[in-house]
Amino acid sequence: MLKNREDLIELRQAYEASIKLQTRKILVCAGTGCVAGGSLDIHDELIRLIEEKGIKCSVELEKDPHDETIGVKKSGCHGFCEMGPLVRIEPEGILYTKVKLSDCRDIVNQTIVEGKVVDRLVYKVEGKPYIRQEDIPFYAKQHRVVLEHCGHIDATSILEYIAIGGYEAFEKALFEMEPCDIVNEVEESALRGRGGGGFPTGRKWRQVLNQKEPVHYVVCNGDEGDPGAFMDRSIMEGDPHRMLEGMMIAGIATGSHEGYIYVRAEYPMAVSRLENAIKQAREIGLLGKNILDSGFDFDFHINKGAGAFVCGEGSALTASIEGKRGMPRVKPPRTVEKGLFEKPTVLNNVETYANVPKIIIKGAKWYKSIGPESSPGTKAFALTGNIQNTGLIEVPMGTTLREIIFDIGGGMKSDKPFKAVQIGGPSGGCLITPNLDLPLDFDSLKKVGAMIGSGGLVVMDESTCMVEVARFFMNFTQNESCGKCVPCREGTKRMLEILERIVAGNGKEGDVELLLDLADTISSTALCGLGKTAAMPVVSTIKSFRDEYDAHIIDKKCPAGQCKKLITYVIDPELCKGCSKCARNCPVEAISGEIKSPFTIDTSKCIKCGACLENCNFGAVKEV
Amino acid sequence: MNENFDYTLVDKVLADHDCKQSSIIAILQDVQEHYHYLPREIFSYIAEKLDTSVATIYSVATFYENFSLEPKGKYVIKVCDGTACHVRKGIPVLERLRSELGLSDNKVTTDDLMFTVETVSCLGACGLAPAMTVNDKVLPAMTPDKASAVIREIKEAEKDA
Repeated sequence: MLKNREDLIELRQAYEASIKLQTRKILVCAGTGCVAGGSLDIHDELIRLIEEKGIKCSVELEKDPHDETIGVKKSGCHGFCEMGPLVRIEPEGILYTKVKLSDCRDIVNQTIVEGKVVDRLVYKVEGKPYIRQEDIPFYAKQHRVVLEHCGHIDATSILEYIAIGGYEAFEKALFEMEPCDIVNEVEESALRGRGGGGFPTGRKWRQVLNQKEPVHYVVCNGDEGDPGAFMDRSIMEGDPHRMLEGMMIAGIATGSHEGYIYVRAEYPMAVSRLENAIKQAREIGLLGKNILDSGFDFDFHINKGAGAFVCGEGSALTASIEGKRGMPRVKPPRTVEKGLFEKPTVLNNVETYANVPKIIIKGAKWYKSIGPESSPGTKAFALTGNIQNTGLIEVPMGTTLREIIFDIGGGMKSDKPFKAVQIGGPSGGCLITPNLDLPLDFDSLKKVGAMIGSGGLVVMDESTCMVEVARFFMNFTQNESCGKCVPCREGTKRMLEILERIVAGNGKEGDVELLLDLADTISSTALCGLGKTAAMPVVSTIKSFRDEYDAHIIDKKCPAGQCKKLITYVIDPELCKGCSKCARNCPVEAISGEIKSPFTIDTSKCIKCGACLENCNFGAVKEV
Repeated sequence: MNENFDYTLVDKVLADHDCKQSSIIAILQDVQEHYHYLPREIFSYIAEKLDTSVATIYSVATFYENFSLEPKGKYVIKVCDGTACHVRKGIPVLERLRSELGLSDNKVTTDDLMFTVETVSCLGACGLAPAMTVNDKVLPAMTPDKASAVIREIKEAEKDA
């Protein structure tokens, strides 16, 4: 139990020495992605095999180690989820990809014992091997600040976090800074909220600090509900202490003694890693009463969400923590004045808090040196969809889409060309080829009618129908609308109906105008952010892909060939061998013909189930 | 209060949360974890213990998607319908599961209470798209055929058990 500042410093030095004695480290990725690929078994197998060799390995840091050991650790998400399960070997920095249980023996025998590289596990692009993780194009262009520890330390050990300088910022804030100094530093850094809105964090903190009401709260929004986003999950799983440290600093800065973390229930691993981290911090004496004899009290509560997207909205989130239906309320008063339990509340998201310790240690000036002046720092993005390298990345603000998609992401997954990227989830818009050189930051995206949102980037190729994408998002928002205000509850329903009839081939002329009209009304009259931005994907796809809407409505065709109701199946007489297999598999007897001569499909009977296409051995059935 | 219902577990859950009104969601979550749904009997009981109305408890239980008032199957399969899974063709996986088990949008649980099939909005496992979970275990890169195999395996394991 740490009693004072000196104890913490002493502990840090002791474990710093201990980690230095781990001359070799094996970091097995224990993020959700790699765990699903079996990485926990790989971790255990590696330990078993190393011990079998009679080599000493340590899973936990030891207090006073005398000999050099091999550290085998479960790390946070490395980000390169496409290539998982991942195993990193230090000091060389080797990254083994797609590791299987059966590969463990070779890793131990060749790399650990003999110091050689197992060639077949090394990442390759067009035959060129990249042995070191840092050289892989996916990593080379990234700049990791928030995610710097993810994949490099044991995500479940507070000692390891302390050994590499963790809780140093908290210590500095606690003993060397006044609350207003902290707020000044954060304000000076121009850090803006990473949850989507981009509100200056320092200004928010100052507003809470200035409230006369004595009780203040610190709340973390870990309700990362945007489909296609998992940055916050990776931070909570991979470096939970960093986020806690950020919140504790916010506590000192705003005079709060309780922190609430709201995590969505779909992230069970994030919840358990946070629970573990909080337990460790309590046991060691970094949480509780009179922390390190400074007179400052602080502790955490974790609230699990129960499946409501709208709880990502500030006032809905605090209502949910209070045990109520998660419905937004009219503002003002704002959360900084009357938030959780009607008290002044600092509400930031996971990534925002994770930036704070670094700003306190390295200073606002350093932070401002990264990225553009008006939105400095880095941003984590979840790169998904039809792209080569799906995964979690972090780049300086202002990096262009082209760099992200083609340099880091490795380009498209299929041979089909790039069509669009959806940014900001159901509240965002889509960006197209002319936007590829746009720097990604809060302000430049706003100008083109999109938003950074929480940072989900879903890449789409030519086989994706944009009308269907708009329908998908509208379906999502409509489902998640809490029903409190009329524009959102009724408006999204009507918009969804129109989109559904367009993709079903029953669109009418004037539907697009009607959609735009509804969109305008909803965004100007809805109560909360969810409603105000609900129509964004529709408006943005209409703006960039009006011709696709028209093709659906007027020509009754889906150019991407994705809308089932608009596909016509035909048999190519050149390729058809007349085997009758399609006719035998057709559930509605729409196909007829004579054996050994080309068959034909009666489109008036066809229900477009696709059974003929699946069953043709000669590729003669085509969708047009 | 229903005399035939055993409230021992509910009592324990309530005690774990100090009978606090603000813990309604956590209390319902713990009860559901045990029963896999929220039995009707608990509503008036919890309302009385928390000194609030049945309507309050009911309003919370019906607002959040994760609470179910209907019993669920032994195996709960959730197919991710997040954006990434959607563009990487997650829906055919869902359709196959439903057709194999005779389920639909409106009927999500099999009559023998063995399987429940539902969609979930983004598991955050987008790198593994399309993904699904069976009782919270994430299965990556699904295809309709893989989904059929999962069902087959579970059925066989159940037969042997």
